[in-house]
Amino acid sequence: MESLLAVKDLRTSFDTDQGQVVSVDRVSFELKAGETLAIVGESGSGKSVTALSIMRLLGKGSRVSDGEIRLNGVNILELDEKKMRDIRGNRISMIFQEPMTSLNPVFTIGHQLMEAIRLHLNKDKKQARAHAVEMLKKVGLPRPEQIMDEYPFALSGGMRQRVMIAMALACKPTVLIADEPTTALDVTVQAQIMRIMKDLCAEAGTAIILITHDLGVVAEMADRVLVMYAGQIVEEADVFTLFDHPQHPYTQGLLRSVPHLEADDQDELAAIPGTVPARYHKMQACRFHNRCAFATEKCRTELPPLIRTQDGHTSRCWEIEAATIHYEEGKAR
Amino acid sequence: MSEAITRSAPSQTPLLVLDQLKKYYPIRKGLLNRTAEYVKAVDGVSLNIVPGETLGLVGESGCGKSTIGRSIVGLERPTDGRILFEGADISKLSGSEMIKLHSEVQIVFQDPYSSLNPRKTIGSLLAEAVKVHRVVPSDKVVSEVDRLLDIVGLPKTSKSRYPHEFSGGQRQRIGIARALALKPKLIVCDEPVSALDVSIQAQVLNLLKQLQKEFNLTYLFIAHGLGAVRYISDRIAVMYLGKVVEIGPTKELFRNPKHPYTRALLDSYPIANPHLRDRERIVLEGDVPSPVNPPSGCRFHTRCPMAQAKCREEEPLLVGEGDHASACWFSH
Repeated sequence: MESLLAVKDLRTSFDTDQGQVVSVDRVSFELKAGETLAIVGESGSGKSVTALSIMRLLGKGSRVSDGEIRLNGVNILELDEKKMRDIRGNRISMIFQEPMTSLNPVFTIGHQLMEAIRLHLNKDKKQARAHAVEMLKKVGLPRPEQIMDEYPFALSGGMRQRVMIAMALACKPTVLIADEPTTALDVTVQAQIMRIMKDLCAEAGTAIILITHDLGVVAEMADRVLVMYAGQIVEEADVFTLFDHPQHPYTQGLLRSVPHLEADDQDELAAIPGTVPARYHKMQACRFHNRCAFATEKCRTELPPLIRTQDGHTSRCWEIEAATIHYEEGKAR
Repeated sequence: MSEAITRSAPSQTPLLVLDQLKKYYPIRKGLLNRTAEYVKAVDGVSLNIVPGETLGLVGESGCGKSTIGRSIVGLERPTDGRILFEGADISKLSGSEMIKLHSEVQIVFQDPYSSLNPRKTIGSLLAEAVKVHRVVPSDKVVSEVDRLLDIVGLPKTSKSRYPHEFSGGQRQRIGIARALALKPKLIVCDEPVSALDVSIQAQVLNLLKQLQKEFNLTYLFIAHGLGAVRYISDRIAVMYLGKVVEIGPTKELFRNPKHPYTRALLDSYPIANPHLRDRERIVLEGDVPSPVNPPSGCRFHTRCPMAQAKCREEEPLLVGEGDHASACWFSH
């Protein structure tokens, strides 16, 4: 099947006092219509910058320096800003972690919702209002007619995130990018929001790129997972394969360091020692080698390529075999 | 009623006792700035912590868990109720008495960046705590700082560096070192790992557990992430809108949650296992009500799938068998 969104060799760099920093380094992936792709990684891994590159919302001093992003075959990096505006919020929309900062505090919820609807769907004021109310109903907000005339500050965090989802899905986009959509919310509200997002996207056939650091959220939502570390993809697999048989030592470490609710006694959590190297973008080596138990001389001197081991499962590691055997043995114990 | 007090301390004298603790924040309104209403952040909480144990305090934002932690270390003055530390009421101490208390009770905050002075080196930050409380003679201060850094796993060279030069996890280690500087008996950990990356969370949790063993520390561990709380706590208290709704030993509480809120909380927590994604679970409707006008009767009744007429009218007390108690009319 033709992929909906294809990102190829994406490189995004930032100008800093210390010169150029490449924070997304040759990232490639494909998104099929209707699927949910999770991008997991820790702070600074490049997952959010990947999303902003797709939306072409990078700030000053940062740019996509290489690669292509094809939406239905068209490289959107080559579009002018006017054409890009037709795509943004219409065919690809995005929700952010903190809804308060993405809503304009001086306009009513209704005003902001209708703006996008009128712009992209060519509706008059009355139709747009009806559509907006319908969207608020769909995301499960009580008394939608009243909320239309309220300001963002009057709503709770969970309600604001519902408004953001309503806004993002109002034009039935083909892709929804959700950047840590539930991180700022309480768990009981998080569960509601994830359910609404999943249901509404399934209804509209919208594919989701879910950016998160929470492996729990990934396990509940994703069809396929990309793991990013220090600006690069280190592993990609379908969600079951990734959680059952992770290959990259970083993914394995992440999975082991999650405190489990169902496990009974955990004497010690398996932490990943050390931290992400500071100037990783200059490294001619595996970027994880300083924290990896399996690192050999080769890992310290040569960057491993993404190796495809079986259908759809790829990982960036020279020592896949050793790491995998060790992990499976540890699990069996 | 203070059933929880008598129940939770099995034979041991508690180190800390909260007795019907209340903290109300006034909301001032109008021209005359009169107090119109109160935010009832903590509304009658009784808890015990025995020496050497970790009591986990969980709940969603606004449930009052952090207010409790801040009251214990004297950052908030309770509206009513008592806080007993080693039998003495510490809720109404004067300034100088409070300083003395600080060498016994310390706090580690969620965001170590906002709690470390950015203009001071790590060495002087740690030395300050040691000097003010005269933990060691003045000629031993330097070696004491080295010792503290060593305990939390930071190199001695950190002394001459500033907080911004450290990563989040390292900064949290500094926060822990500073809390340990005074050799306290009780440490209030207020969301100490919530702001950290998963792989770093595990490092800090392991460190806290190891330090507890080594120095026989007692923790009040406040968090909203159930995984971390389960890993570190001996007992867990679940809070909702300023009240404890359930308390029990960690294993027991997870295996056999009694209060519908606890059950919903456990169900909502995303599990890192895709095979369990279609499990049956309670997903709560709506948001937590405002603590200004909490619902009548059981505060959870507006969101509770089991609520009945009685729940709207009468407030259930925290009762149970042994050391596992819950405040629900229909959970026993």
